[in-house]
Amino acid sequence: MANLIPPRFKVVIDYEKCRKCKRCVINCGFGVYSFSDRVIPDHKKCVSCQRCVAYCPEEAITIIENPNVFRPNSYWTMEERINIMKQASSSGMLLTGMGNDRPYKNYFDHLLIDACQVTNPSIDPLREPMELTTYLGSKPDAVKVKVEDGQIKLDTKIAPQIKLDTPIIFSPMSYGSISLNAHKALARAAKECGILMNTGEGGLHKDLYPYKDRIIVQVASGRFGVNQEYLDHSAVVEIKIGQGAKPGIGGHLPGEKVNREVSETRMIPEGTDALSPAPHHDIYSIEDLAQLIYALKEATNYEKPVSVKIAAVHNVAAIASGIARAGADIIYIDGFRGGTGAAPTIIRDHIGIPIELAIAAVDDRLRAEGIRNSVSIVAAGGFRHSGDVAKAIALGADAVAIGTAALIAMGCHVCQMCHTGNCSWGIATQRPELTQRLDPDWAAGQLINLIKSWSLELKEILGALGLNAIESLRGSRERLRGIGLTDTELAILGVKHAGR
Amino acid sequence: MPEGKVVAMEINAKGMYYRDLNNILREKVAEGVTEFVLQGINGQRYLGTGLKGKVKIEVYGTPGNDLGAFMDGPEITVYGNGQDGIANTMNDGRIVVHGHAGDVLGYGMRGGELYIRDSVGYRVGIHMKEYKKQVPVIVVGGTAGAFFGEYMAGGILVVLGLNKKEGEPLTGDYLGTGMHGGAIYLRGEVEKDILGKEVAEFSLEEEDYRRLNPLLENYAKFYNIALEEIMAVPFKKLVPVSHRPYGKLYTY
Ligand code: SF4
Ligand code: SF4
Repeated sequence: MANLIPPRFKVVIDYEKCRKCKRCVINCGFGVYSFSDRVIPDHKKCVSCQRCVAYCPEEAITIIENPNVFRPNSYWTMEERINIMKQASSSGMLLTGMGNDRPYKNYFDHLLIDACQVTNPSIDPLREPMELTTYLGSKPDAVKVKVEDGQIKLDTKIAPQIKLDTPIIFSPMSYGSISLNAHKALARAAKECGILMNTGEGGLHKDLYPYKDRIIVQVASGRFGVNQEYLDHSAVVEIKIGQGAKPGIGGHLPGEKVNREVSETRMIPEGTDALSPAPHHDIYSIEDLAQLIYALKEATNYEKPVSVKIAAVHNVAAIASGIARAGADIIYIDGFRGGTGAAPTIIRDHIGIPIELAIAAVDDRLRAEGIRNSVSIVAAGGFRHSGDVAKAIALGADAVAIGTAALIAMGCHVCQMCHTGNCSWGIATQRPELTQRLDPDWAAGQLINLIKSWSLELKEILGALGLNAIESLRGSRERLRGIGLTDTELAILGVKHAGR
Repeated sequence: MPEGKVVAMEINAKGMYYRDLNNILREKVAEGVTEFVLQGINGQRYLGTGLKGKVKIEVYGTPGNDLGAFMDGPEITVYGNGQDGIANTMNDGRIVVHGHAGDVLGYGMRGGELYIRDSVGYRVGIHMKEYKKQVPVIVVGGTAGAFFGEYMAGGILVVLGLNKKEGEPLTGDYLGTGMHGGAIYLRGEVEKDILGKEVAEFSLEEEDYRRLNPLLENYAKFYNIALEEIMAVPFKKLVPVSHRPYGKLYTY
């Protein structure tokens, strides 16, 4: 009785304008359109990904939200009712793509950045050099120098560092959850921008080997595609513990998405479920984590930083402290707005905490313990623009990672249907007729433009603050003010209220 | 170094820091040394981790955790007991332990072979995978702890129970829980209630003996025991009921 479920969207076709070119039929990955005499939409199948709208040459298509799906009720929302109907007809867990879209308080929008005025003048970034370069990796407690042959030389052995030309990297998105063309675009853009892309937990396709200096490879509980060759083709090795969209649970790429190439990259037979449960069954303590961190350091000759990725959860500060003490060089924290290829809706929407609070809590704790320098903090989970980036860095992050924003740059319209594998934009799909829609060169160009734009804006923000290096902004919470926040929230964020 | 020449090296590792020891191994392998004898090993971790190629290492003593992690080709023989995490995500090669070994052996192992003469601890063979010609193998001569072969996605696990006492179970609880690939061969019986619900027990077919016999012959040879003694007790096979145990978990 799945047809109890009413259509959420209505596809309105202006038949006066339509010239029956059938482009909408071809472009829809969800099979909305059929053709007999004229194009006929099946409203129930529409997810409002807007691909047909963009490709209709006559602008004959408008997709609207179905105005009267149910009797209005602000408690029993349309979503809640549709979800109950789906579950009543299936007995499964509801699955969803992209990040948490519930209207929880968004702290970025309650933070304002300071600016210079008369006495401490701002800097004009168009004239003055502005430094966005960021180094990820463990920094020593102190640096000793020695004089040798009249030259000053460093006498402290520095842990491996990764140079970023701007403090933004791409979030982990596995090959499997997104297409190979999307992966190629991310790798090319990362190289061009001097930043990093992250393979996620789906292994590394050989076509990406040439970009190895710009790639973070993940070692997750399922250990998909992990072998020495994989570790060798990376700049950073990341142990994936958690993900913002689904803290505390694992990943599951259903067998039907494990085609020949995905199977080769993950090193599992075609068509088998790729299960990566939440726990690494060899990690039950910080000591176990330390053991894996050092196994990876051994395997990579202590030449690469090891990162540990966790979801932002209530106890994140204590966990981060343990991770730092276990020998990680980078802690990657993913907030609850983090996107996903597929997560149970109930987990995505109700578990975890916002990244803003997590950054502040972790930075405070590591500072209080005197070990903040021993790890870099990468923050992720819903960064929408360079203002969010600047605020995160002022709260204490070294760099941020963007996933959803990067997908949007490549054409994603956030229809939240990635888990179906039917992405009409050719991004979150493995269907060959769809993946070929994404031109990796074009998509790389879009990503490069986005990173350049945000970097320009970051320089502008720094100039307004009278700073000439992003380093000076890191953890500088005095340059932030809260607006409309409670005393507790201000205390956790470590910022004063606007006007103080 | 002339091609194909076997170059052996003995190292007295007593009191040596593991990083120094591993550095020596890596450097010497790069220089062309193909055989090592490590004396006085006592808890040094990560021996052979990430090592590649046709290298033989004899270990006297008790190596520490994560022996042969990510290893890709070498053969390690341990004259002593092993500890936890042996063959973690190992890609290829062979590890032979003349004694007992600890927990989480062969986690996510992708290929190669691990032989343990006696018993092993918990969570052995978890997440083992196979792909094309790479079929990882773990043979346990004694008994195994709980969660043996959990989430197993490929490869072969064998438990012989050779030192099993009367009434002692062959493995702990949750045998093969979540298993969705590969096969577990058991010499003797296990109680039904310890089986994960994703696996079922079968008798062996010809094909199974074809895969199992060479492994048992190896075991007999490595540990100097008569093959007939191993074969004296019939084997059972555990395989997953479904390759998609979680196929119906979600609704769209
Ligand atoms: S794409 Fe536009 S013009 Fe072409 S058939 Fe569809 S609605 Fe008509
Ligand atoms: S990646 Fe594709 S399926 Fe996912 S939200 Fe974006 S447009 Fe929709």
